[in-house]
Amino acid sequence: MTAQDSITTPRKRKFKVPWAIVLPAIPLFLWLSLLIVFPHIRLAILSFLKRGQDIFFLDNFLNIFLGNYLAPFQDPDQLFSRVFFKTVLFSLVNTLLSLIVAYPIAFYLAKVLKGSRKFALLLLLILPYWVSELVRVYAWMNILRETGFLNYLLVNVLGIFDQPVEFLYNNTSLFVVFVYSSVLLMILPIYSSLEGLADEQIQAAEDLGAGPFATFRYVVFPISLPSVTYGCILVFMISAGNYLIPNLIGGKNTLWVTEMIYNRFIISTNWNLGSAYSLILLISTSIMIYLGLRLTGQSLRGVFSEQ
Amino acid sequence: MTDIDVELVNITKKFGELVAVDDVSIQVTRGSFFSILGPSGCGKTTTLKMISGFEEPDNGDVFIGGERVNGVPPNHRRVNMVFQQLALFPLMTVSANVGFGLKMSGVPKADRQARVEEMLEKVDLPGLGDRKPDQLSGGQQQRVAIARCLILDPTVLLLDEPLGALDLKLRDQMKIQLKRLQHEVGTTFIYITHDQSEALVMSDEVAVMNEGHLLQIGAPDELYSNPADYFVASFVGESNAFEGPITHLENGHAVLSADPFDFKSPTHPDIRVGENCRLFIRPERIRLMSSDAGSDALYDNQFPGEIQDVVFDGAVARAFVDLGHNTVITVLVTRTSDTPLPVEGEAVLVGWNALDALCFPE
Repeated sequence: MTAQDSITTPRKRKFKVPWAIVLPAIPLFLWLSLLIVFPHIRLAILSFLKRGQDIFFLDNFLNIFLGNYLAPFQDPDQLFSRVFFKTVLFSLVNTLLSLIVAYPIAFYLAKVLKGSRKFALLLLLILPYWVSELVRVYAWMNILRETGFLNYLLVNVLGIFDQPVEFLYNNTSLFVVFVYSSVLLMILPIYSSLEGLADEQIQAAEDLGAGPFATFRYVVFPISLPSVTYGCILVFMISAGNYLIPNLIGGKNTLWVTEMIYNRFIISTNWNLGSAYSLILLISTSIMIYLGLRLTGQSLRGVFSEQ
Repeated sequence: MTDIDVELVNITKKFGELVAVDDVSIQVTRGSFFSILGPSGCGKTTTLKMISGFEEPDNGDVFIGGERVNGVPPNHRRVNMVFQQLALFPLMTVSANVGFGLKMSGVPKADRQARVEEMLEKVDLPGLGDRKPDQLSGGQQQRVAIARCLILDPTVLLLDEPLGALDLKLRDQMKIQLKRLQHEVGTTFIYITHDQSEALVMSDEVAVMNEGHLLQIGAPDELYSNPADYFVASFVGESNAFEGPITHLENGHAVLSADPFDFKSPTHPDIRVGENCRLFIRPERIRLMSSDAGSDALYDNQFPGEIQDVVFDGAVARAFVDLGHNTVITVLVTRTSDTPLPVEGEAVLVGWNALDALCFPE
């Protein structure tokens, strides 16, 4: 071994891979890249190409085409715009309804119930989520349809109606099932934030002269605000991106953006237009969440770090 | 009767079978610092909650400022409470915390701000109004919690062991500060604690409670030197305690036998021969003498022993004297003269007079 060797050897030492950090990160990396990042990159590329074109044909690579983004707005019927607007509006209403239903339940769970009763109610709330959404929606269809449980109750048992009524396929049934399927996502974060609120805080407010409304307004609600926002974001995104419920419960009049996207991809096999629809939905809902956060003076980081 | 701010008349509160507070009557003089002292579960917190309105008594009446307030909700009583965990509103600034009560009673913003400033000045927190509670030290948070109540000018301020969360050193400082603050503002304070030294240092009057019963009300000095029963004697201050039957009376003293020792004790109409009694001797009442002081009995009770340990604490020292038979008593040695401190292993005599001890039937 020469003197030079002894100097260069340590420098040549191979870079050691920190497996303890890399190994656990591999599944996450694969999941994010294969299922989220790559498909979206591909959607983005497809959306800028003409119908039937793909980047696998190199000549198409530079033929950037904006028609897919313009087409929905050039349609004389404005079908896409109307459906898009309706999807967003219905998702907002669903978010609001879920919040109204969830908040009292979360408060009751966190501040009123104690011990085993609380555990039992939590379990009852979570239990239905052990089966798939499809099964839960079918269960609701069984309750609401013309020959379903509700009609049996109203006609045969209580005798309120002479004829069975079709409860399915309208906006009311749509919201009932929508709220049912998203309310837990609202309850759990609010519940956990209210759990962290000491009973003494509520007593202190009362002691200082605040009535129930003022106590809620100044002491209880501010503590839960990040969780309320978190729940609203979850419910809004999941409603706007839902396919099953509007399709099965909503009937013909409640066309959802997701159904239009599905139709482009599967029925008319226009993947390029379908990709543009998907990205319009993704980007505009993201912008809406950003604006919502700005309007209420919050930040995404603040909301998520509270969870 | 006008100088009584809070009066409880035969208050009783039950939770199911448990009698939390049993027939308690208390009068709190205006402008005084009144403590309720007792171990956990003695009913002191329940008593406080009945004054604040968070609990209603099953029996008896609560008067605040001369008015009967049974059934009046907490937000309509002129009483405010400093909670054990302080319960400052974490998302509000210090100013908003202090001004919360005024805001709730509809005081306009400009007026509110001026009064908050003034109040923060009073509790020694000027210029900290824009901070959040978690940016303050434990002692400062304490004062915010007090300021938040005092700004409403309550008839009585209730404090539920607010020093419990602080560390020992800060607690000692806060005791003095709290007492001084109470003196300055002149509001009646009712202070709940299980720490007898807090109660003794700060209070004008102390009520001692145990198992729902009120045992004694008195000035700290009175409780210490004239406890009403054995519980008060053992709970307030430090004592050497012995237990045993009274065997006979001798020269106007009762003799209590705690095998193998016989202690001459003060007599009392309640104390009868044959009855089991408890004897308490305060460490500062016991004299320590060198073993060659002679066999002449200078004190009614005199025992030889050996110094087991000496704990030095500046002006005073505690000597632990082993009398044999697994009996060790504590003697307080005051360092006024030039006598050297006893040393470990030294043979000594301990002595006290019968009247220096306190004796109670069980």
